[in-house]
Amino acid sequence: MSALARHAWYVFGDNPVTAGALGLFIALVVLAVVGPMIAPYDPLASDTTMALQAPSRMHWFGTDQVGRDILSRVLAATRLDLMISVAAVALSFVVGSTAGAAAGFFGGWTDRLVTRVTDTIMAFPLFVLAMGIVAALGNTLANIVLATAVINVPFYARMARAEANVRREAGFVEAARLAGNGSARVLAVHVFPNCLPPMVVQASLNLGWAILNAAGLSFIGLGVRPPTPEWGIMVAEGAAFIVSGEWWIALFPGVALMLAVFCFNLLGDGLRDLIDPRRRT
Amino acid sequence: MPEAALSLLDVRSLTKRFPVRGTTYKLHAVDDVTFTIAAGESVGLVGESGCGKSTLARLIARLLDPTDGRVFFEGQDIGQIPAARFATTPARARIQMVFQDPADSLNPRFTAFDAIAEPLHRLGRLHERAALRRRVEEVAELVGLPHALLGRYPHQLSGGQQQRVGIGRAVALAPLLLVLDEPTSALDVSVQAVILHLLAELRRQLGLAYLFVSHDLNVVRMITERVLVMYLGKIVEAGPSEVIFDRPAHPYTRALVSAVPVADRAGRRQRIAVTGEPQSAVDPSPHVCRFFGRCPDGFARCEQQMPVLAPVAPDHEAACHLSANTAESPCSSSMAAGPI
Amino acid sequence: MTQPPLLAVADLSIEFRTREGIVSALDGVSLSVRRGETVGLVGESGSGKSVTALALMGILHPAARVTSGRAVFGGLDLLAASEQQRQDYRGRALSMIFQSPRTALNPIRSIGQQIADVLRRHANLPHAKIKARALELLARVQIPDVERRFDAYPFELSGGMCQRVMIALAIACAPALLIADEPTTGLDVTTQRSILDLLDDLRRTTQMAMILITHDLGLAAERCDRIVVMHAGHVVESAATSSLFTAPRHPYTARLIASTPRPGAKLADLVPIPGTVPDLRGALTACRYRARCERAVAVCDEPPLPRTETDVGHLVACRRPL
Repeated sequence: MSALARHAWYVFGDNPVTAGALGLFIALVVLAVVGPMIAPYDPLASDTTMALQAPSRMHWFGTDQVGRDILSRVLAATRLDLMISVAAVALSFVVGSTAGAAAGFFGGWTDRLVTRVTDTIMAFPLFVLAMGIVAALGNTLANIVLATAVINVPFYARMARAEANVRREAGFVEAARLAGNGSARVLAVHVFPNCLPPMVVQASLNLGWAILNAAGLSFIGLGVRPPTPEWGIMVAEGAAFIVSGEWWIALFPGVALMLAVFCFNLLGDGLRDLIDPRRRT
Repeated sequence: MPEAALSLLDVRSLTKRFPVRGTTYKLHAVDDVTFTIAAGESVGLVGESGCGKSTLARLIARLLDPTDGRVFFEGQDIGQIPAARFATTPARARIQMVFQDPADSLNPRFTAFDAIAEPLHRLGRLHERAALRRRVEEVAELVGLPHALLGRYPHQLSGGQQQRVGIGRAVALAPLLLVLDEPTSALDVSVQAVILHLLAELRRQLGLAYLFVSHDLNVVRMITERVLVMYLGKIVEAGPSEVIFDRPAHPYTRALVSAVPVADRAGRRQRIAVTGEPQSAVDPSPHVCRFFGRCPDGFARCEQQMPVLAPVAPDHEAACHLSANTAESPCSSSMAAGPI
Repeated sequence: MTQPPLLAVADLSIEFRTREGIVSALDGVSLSVRRGETVGLVGESGSGKSVTALALMGILHPAARVTSGRAVFGGLDLLAASEQQRQDYRGRALSMIFQSPRTALNPIRSIGQQIADVLRRHANLPHAKIKARALELLARVQIPDVERRFDAYPFELSGGMCQRVMIALAIACAPALLIADEPTTGLDVTTQRSILDLLDDLRRTTQMAMILITHDLGLAAERCDRIVVMHAGHVVESAATSSLFTAPRHPYTARLIASTPRPGAKLADLVPIPGTVPDLRGALTACRYRARCERAVAVCDEPPLPRTETDVGHLVACRRPL
C-alpha cells in the first residue's frame, strides 16, 4: 500500500465518525452518478390521478401535488445539487485562494486591490448579494453557480491571505530563494501548497453551505426553475402542503439536504488530517 | 591596508536601515560595515540579539537589499542586483546559506530528496531524473545522511538529520561561500559536535569559505580562523579567533567573553558587568560610540566622536578610543570624523 | 547533613500513552535536594528532566501516568497529593520558572497584575498592601523604573526582563524550593549571567533551594552544588559538581563533557557521542545507554539497573563505572 493509502486507512480507522461521513459521501456521489438511471419513475412525469399519495410500496417517498414520484425527484436532485455546490465551491476556491495568497505574499498593491474587492463584496449581506446577481443576470444554472461562487470568494481570499502572510517569513521560503526560485515560483511551489490544508477543511464545510445557498435561492424563486427537481425547490413546494397533512413532500428532500450538509461538515476534519503531511506517521 | 589578492567577499560600508512603521525614523540594523573574506577562510560573526548579525548574514547571502554600501563577490558587485532578481543569476549558486532552525527552514511538504534536488534542478539545470538522483545521493553521502532517509518528510527526521538536509542542499552546487546562521544552536550538544565536525570536514573537502554567525563563543572559537564582533549594527572588533577570546581589546568583547559560563573553575575570568539598557538602534547619533553608557570605561571623547576600527596589534582591530594606539595621531582624527 | 532533605524523590517512573504506543519517559528516577542547595538536572532532549519537574509540580500532560515512586516534600508526597493540596503549595512553597519567558506570561495582563494575582491567592495580605508588595518584588528582581513598568504588558519587555518578572512571580511567597527549567536558554549570554546572579543572590538571602534544569554543562558547573545527569529517562550519575567534572564515573557523563565546546579545546578534542537516544516506545534494555556505550558487556543487559555509590554522595548507575 502506498504511504498515502496507508495514512488514509489510519485516519479513517482511528475516527469512525469521519469514516461514516466518508461512506455517506461516497453514497451521495454514487447516487448523483447513477441516481437518475435507477430512479423508478421519470422525475418530470406527472400524473394527476396519483397526486398527493402518501409513501407506499409503489411510491416509496410518495407523490407530490402533480403526481410526480418524490423518490425519483430526490434522486435526480442529488446530481443537480452536488454539481452546483461542487462547481460553485471549486470556482470560489480557485479564484479566492489564488488572489488571497498573492495578496498575502506580495503585499503592496496586490494586497490593496484584493482586500478592496473582498471588502466590497463583504459589505453586502451575502445572500442578498447572491439574490441580486441572479436577479440581474437571469435564472440560469450558470448564474446560480456564479452567484454562489462570488459571495464565497472573500472567505477563501482572506484565509489564503493570512496563511500566505505567515508563511512568507518562514525559513523555507528564504531557502527557496537560495535554491534559485523567483518570487512567483516561491509562491506557487512553496507557499501556496502549504496554505492549502486549512483551506481544504473550509472547502468541505463550504460544500454544505453552497447547497444550502442554492436551495435557498430556489426556495425564494430565484434559483432553479420548476419543474427541474432540486432539493430547495422541492422543500419550497412541499412547505405549502405540510399544514394540510402531506408531510412527505417537503420532508424527504429536506432530509436529503440535511444529510448532505451534515456529511460534508463531518468530512472536513478528516480531509485535513489526510492532506497535512505533518500528521503522517 | 596592503593591496591583497582579490578577496572572495569584499564588503564596504554596508548599511541597512529599516523604516519604522508610522514614522520617518529608521532602524539602523547594519551600519557602515567593512570587512573581507578570503577564499577558503572561516570567519565568525558574534554578537548578542539585536546587534544586526542576522541582518548582515542575509545581506551577504543576498536575501535582503542593502540601503548603502557595496558587496563584491569574486570581484563582481552583487549588491546592486535586487534580491528578487539575484535568485535567478549564476552567482546565486556560489553563495549559499544554512539556517538556525532546521525544522522551520525545510518545506514540510518536501521530502529530503526534494529539498536537496531543488537547487540542482533550478540552478544546476540538472533535469534528467537518473542524473539528478545520482547527484542527490552523492550529496547525501557527503553530509552523512543515509539514503533510506531521503524519502522522509522533515517531521519524520531528527534535528540532526534535518540539519544535514539543510547543509546538503546548501553544498549541493559546490558554492564558494557558505553563510551559516547559528547552524547548531537548536541542536543537542552531542548532535552539535557531529555537525561541527561535518562542517569542518566539508570545508576541507570542498574548499568552502564560511561566514559563521553565532552567539556561542565557544563554538565560534573552534570552527573559525577570524572573528568579527558586532554591537548595535557596527563591527567593534576584528581579529584572529584565538586572539579575540584570549586578549579582547574592546570593552564589549571583554564583557562578552567574561560572561561565558566555564566549567573549569581555573579558566574562569573576572566577570565584567554590563549595566543599563542598550542604546536604541533607531536613528542613533553618529557621534556617540554605540557602547557608551554601558561601557565600564567610557570617558568624554566617547560621546563626541564615533570610534572607528583601528589596529591594536598586527591583524587585530578594535573600534575604541581607549584601545587604538593611533588614537591621538592627527591622521586618525581626520579619518575618525565619523560615518557619513 | 543529618537533616532530612527538603525534597526526596524515590524511584519515580512515568509513562505516557500515545498513539504510537507507551512511552516510558522516566524509569526509577531518584534525587534529593537539601535546604539551600542548588541541584543541576542535566541532560539532552528526551532525557526526562522537564518531565520530572512537571511531575513534581503536578502539571503533567493528561496522557501521563505515574506508575511508581514517591516525591516527598515537606512531609507530603507530591505525587499522591490531592489537587487541593497541590494548589496550596504550588506558587507558595514550591515554584517553577520556565523557558521562553514571554510565552509563559499571560499576554493580556499587565505584569504588575500578574504578580498581584499570586499574592492574592497565597499571601495573607490586606488588599491595600498588595500593590506595594508587588512593586517591592519587581524592584527585588532589578527591574528599573518599577512604577511605570507595573502596568507594562509582556510584549513591551525584553526577554531578560520577562524572565525577571517570572522570577518575581515565583519568589513572591518565598518558596522553599524553586525549579528553574532552562531559565536562560535563548537569552543573551550577558543577560543570562545577570539572571543567574540574581537567582544566586535570592538563594543566599532566603536559603531557597533550587533545581536548575539545563542542557548546558558549563552553566551547571558554574552554578550548581550538585549535578544529576539524566539520559533517556534514567538518572545515570549524581555527584557534587567538582567530583563530577574532575572524575566522571559514568561513560555518558564523560562523553557529554568531552562533546561540550569549551575554551582551550580544539575541534578535534570535541568527541561526539555515537548512536542516538533510544526510542522510548519500544522494548528497552535495562541500561538505556548500552547501545551507545563502548564499555558495554553482557551483564549490562540484566535488570535491574544498578545504583552504586563509588564515593560519598557520588552515585553511578553503571555496572562498569569508569
